[in-house]
Amino acid sequence: MSALDTAPAASVATADQGHKRRSFDIGGAILTLVTVIFAVLWAFPIYWGVITSLKPESQVISRTVEFLPRTWTIDAYWHVLVNTMIGRWYINSLVTSVSVTVLTLIISATTAYALSQLRFPGRTVIWYLILASFMVPIAALIVNHFILMAQFGLINNWLGVILPQLIHPVVIIVYKNFFDSVPKEYREAAKMDSASEWRIFSRIYVPMNWGVTTALAIVTFIGAWNNFLWPFLAVSRTEMMNVAVGITQVNDAFGVQYARELAAAILAALVVAILYLIFQRRVTQAIMLSAGVKG
Amino acid sequence: MIRNHRREVVAAYLFILPFVLSYGVLFFWPTLQMIYLSFTDAPLIGPGQWIGLENYIEMFDDRRFWTAVRNTSYFVALTVIPNTLIGLAIAMMVSRLKGWQQSVILAMFFLPYILPVSVVYRIWNWMFNVQFGIMQYPLTWIFGEPTPVFRVQWMFMPTVAFVTIWWTCGFNILLFLAGLRSIPSDIYEAAALDNANRWTIFRRITWPLIWPVTALVLTIQLILQLKIFDQVYLFVQGGRPDPSMVMVQYIYNMAFQRNEGGYAAAIAVALFAIVIVFSVLQFQLLRSRGEK
Repeated sequence: MSALDTAPAASVATADQGHKRRSFDIGGAILTLVTVIFAVLWAFPIYWGVITSLKPESQVISRTVEFLPRTWTIDAYWHVLVNTMIGRWYINSLVTSVSVTVLTLIISATTAYALSQLRFPGRTVIWYLILASFMVPIAALIVNHFILMAQFGLINNWLGVILPQLIHPVVIIVYKNFFDSVPKEYREAAKMDSASEWRIFSRIYVPMNWGVTTALAIVTFIGAWNNFLWPFLAVSRTEMMNVAVGITQVNDAFGVQYARELAAAILAALVVAILYLIFQRRVTQAIMLSAGVKG
Repeated sequence: MIRNHRREVVAAYLFILPFVLSYGVLFFWPTLQMIYLSFTDAPLIGPGQWIGLENYIEMFDDRRFWTAVRNTSYFVALTVIPNTLIGLAIAMMVSRLKGWQQSVILAMFFLPYILPVSVVYRIWNWMFNVQFGIMQYPLTWIFGEPTPVFRVQWMFMPTVAFVTIWWTCGFNILLFLAGLRSIPSDIYEAAALDNANRWTIFRRITWPLIWPVTALVLTIQLILQLKIFDQVYLFVQGGRPDPSMVMVQYIYNMAFQRNEGGYAAAIAVALFAIVIVFSVLQFQLLRSRGEK
């Protein structure tokens, strides 16, 4: 890791020398220009969605392309906020996504600690079960998840949305890797003080890996917030939907009102988009981590 | 010493208790139930009769099942390799930039990835709108008239694939960026001393050294795209779902719309088997990467 501190300095130095040799790097400049144009085109649909949602409906359906609204308005947003259950959907999304995140992290961290630090009969079997479940497509289980949740009476219920989303073997695997790399001395010292396993776990292993926990929390939360298939199946009552599912209902209520449809979509994306823009580096790191790549 | 070990075992079981309960009830049990259900004629909710392999035999003669398999494979073919190559290309463009410029450009490429699928659907449905969509300008130029891309059969899957690549490419870009950063810069410096051009540097250095990441991205993509449902389901709304039906959608269709739980479970088992075959490949790949 210490190499990281010196490496950029070295590359800056060589880049400077390179500039002196070649007076002007035309190929490089063109590449940069292409990159910028491509990035603008790539982000354009999002910009276009936002801009459209800020236009009055009459200008939305104008035949000329207007990259900025002639009249700015948040009417569409007011309409969505007042006339749909989006507030309720937001609460549903928040409650279910936070619960999925917290429960997944608790289940995964405790399991990973046991697998990483404790010897007990059945340890290898459980480890292989986890590696195997890593490969199973949860999407194939929708039928039986539905049957199970119906048996528990949890259809159209927060718990019914939450429970089937708790299966994230990757989180266990990532935690185990990090717990494995905590130096054994800490544990031995704590043992000498006859600390309980729970104390060692909660006072040493968890605090030492806060970075991993934050990263995994971000990824799990975004995943749960954006999840469509299961919340879509587990809920049929409009007031129990989460935002990602709820906004697909908006058109039925209004007929075709493009600004309103898009305003509902922008509102649905807002929380995660803002979270991403604030914690950009953390999110990037977190996603690399969850794919098994240390960024 | 033995007392100590017993305490450790008890502690361990307490630690794995949440796992055993949650994975047992929500994962292993439904998996076994799915396999059992596939041998019965049960409706979605309620008991059924054991009918042996009948569902599977029916499946092999079911034209709609094979359409779903074909459409899923077509979608996989349209997304996996293009998404990987575009991801690599963008990552190489982004990695040339430094500091805040890199952050801004990366954010522009990555932002779609964090959108819920229904938001992606809303945005692109508007972009491609037949009357007012901005994409009708290039489409009219190509086809001579405004084109409802989600209603024209042969355009449906490629357009959904295009939108999917736009939506998910950010993830691939990140993995490739991490891979590009781990290539030691002195290799490039040595190449620069030899006056190697960009193409030679890419072919001789970047491509071979990034290959493990490319293989990883390819397999992740493959498994991910086999499970396609959301986009196809959303974009086909208002049209005929049958011709563009994909596997998960067929499971959904059979179980939730036709109330044939047993048959839906049989299709799920088939999907399960396909994904597991590819996952085992991915796992081998990851492991061989880990050992290096």
